[in-house]
Amino acid sequence: MNNHPLKFSLSMRIMHWAMALLIVAMLAAGLSMVGSLDPWQFTLLNLHKSFGIFVFILVLIRLALRLKSRLPELPKALPSWQKLAARSTHSLLYLMMLLMPLSGYLMQYFAGRPINVFDWFYLPASIEVDIQAFAFFRELHGYSALALILLIIIHVAAALHHHFIRKDSVLRSMM
Amino acid sequence: MIFSRFKPFVYLFRQPRHSVGLLSFILLMALFNSTAQAVTARQFVDLQQGDSAFKGYRRAHAKGICIQGAFHSNGNLAEYTFARVFSKGTSEFNGRFSIAGNNPYAPDLKAPVRSLALNFAMSSTQVWRIAMNTPPVMAVTNPTDFYQQLQAIKQGPQAIKSFFKQHPESQDFLNWKSGYTATNSFAEETYHSINAFYLIDQQGQRQAVRWYFKPVSGDTKHQAFEGDNALQQELISRLSAAPVRFDWVFILAQPKDDENNPAKRWPAERKHIVAGQVEINQWQEQLKGACHSINFDPLVLPPGIEPTQDPILRARSAAYAESYHRRAKEALKGAFEEADNE
Ligand code: HEM
Ligand code: HEM
Repeated sequence: MNNHPLKFSLSMRIMHWAMALLIVAMLAAGLSMVGSLDPWQFTLLNLHKSFGIFVFILVLIRLALRLKSRLPELPKALPSWQKLAARSTHSLLYLMMLLMPLSGYLMQYFAGRPINVFDWFYLPASIEVDIQAFAFFRELHGYSALALILLIIIHVAAALHHHFIRKDSVLRSMM
Repeated sequence: MIFSRFKPFVYLFRQPRHSVGLLSFILLMALFNSTAQAVTARQFVDLQQGDSAFKGYRRAHAKGICIQGAFHSNGNLAEYTFARVFSKGTSEFNGRFSIAGNNPYAPDLKAPVRSLALNFAMSSTQVWRIAMNTPPVMAVTNPTDFYQQLQAIKQGPQAIKSFFKQHPESQDFLNWKSGYTATNSFAEETYHSINAFYLIDQQGQRQAVRWYFKPVSGDTKHQAFEGDNALQQELISRLSAAPVRFDWVFILAQPKDDENNPAKRWPAERKHIVAGQVEINQWQEQLKGACHSINFDPLVLPPGIEPTQDPILRARSAAYAESYHRRAKEALKGAFEEADNE
């Protein structure tokens, strides 16, 4: 008897696609706002920060869900190096999803800028400004974003490879 | 046939190679167009820093001196805003006097603009950053025109003359300029917000305002200084005797006034409210004080104060972020440690 379900649980599938949309939107917002002198830049940046905090909370919920639920198995026929590759990209994706909001918040914290979350409450910032700590987390935010974009490209390419070339059930397990 | 009207399109569908060509052409045009029109923060800060940047320093207003003091609010503004600074009482701040320009060693008295920036860190969730200049208005109304104005200044007197001719909105600025004489002291200048903001009251009503810091005539015959650091030395000498004081005055807009136009002065009869007095009593060299690490981004605002849509105000935030990002990276790489060893 196989203990593994064919699909991810409904809650995990919803989480996956909702967060995929959110994170791609966050990346697009981040890349288009940095350096723009247009009046909407400030509005978009505030939304970016608020939704970024929201992403952080969602990732924690998602990791808890993942620990609790039974997951579909990778196809038995898959070579072991590909299984390893799949597991490591998934771990790295989770790592980056945590690192992005954390580095974003910490750069603002050390720059002494409280974060207005959806005009609802403020997250605290340091009273003393530390420009070197700001620089560290600002760079981390930028380079993590690059790493995340690369991971997403690999991830999407792998999913399409499973579906169209290997013709296995991997993509369908998330549908 | 309906198709005949769309013939060119049908043709393109039959000739995929050509449609790819056309598409790339359109994309290229779009790209060219977007870069040609909107100045980016990077371009702006490149222009401000000039050919060789002073590593670790602000790309604008690079030369300055750190200060500390307190604002004594008289409560007169409290009916217009629930911002905590304006309830009756005292709030401490740190800040920075500076001169415009990209050179941290520039001669003080040659700079056309002097500035005062403040940082109120009232609590870990309430911070207000303010950066003010000596002119009461900008010469232009948007960042692209401002970029061209700076280019014209770099090109020389002839270019700037014709720039102003093409920009009649600079009239209020030019009028101010012709009546202004620089003093020998940071403490005797008037500093303006230039951009307008909204005060938000308990009921959520908003009132557009500008503000200025008006020197409280104290020691107007103070000894004048000479040399590259004349303004800083004068300030230090004053502070050793007594605090430097300013009245913090708010100008209330009427509905007719356009709060999104930083080049237009509001009529003189508009209501002015003195919100209290600012008292400055300490200083440090900029690299030894707290002010150097701060980005005085005017869009860091506390609850009770909100930004207008003024395109210049909005543009400042991203430009300051670009300058701050550059100098922060340089500070992380040890820009100042090398300087200290020299
Ligand atoms: C899933 C979460 C997030 C993603 C994917 C993301 C992505 C990005 C990207 C791609 C950039 C542009 C980086 C660059 O040009 O170097 C950026 C910039 C930025 N992000 Fe995020 N971000 C996230 C969360 C946050 C959070 C939580 C905050 C703050 C609370 C934040 C604050 C910022 C700031 C302040 C900038 C720089 C703006 C500037 O320098 O003008 N981000 N982000
Ligand atoms: C589009 C218009 C403007 C641009 C692009 C611009 C750009 C800059 C930049 C890049 C900095 C250095 C920021 C840093 O590294 O911390 C700066 C500083 C400053 N700006 Fe502007 N600025 C503009 C308009 C104004 C206006 C209208 C005012 C006055 C009301 C002003 C007052 C100041 C002051 C006082 C500082 C120095 C703050 C300090 O002491 O750190 N700027 N500006």
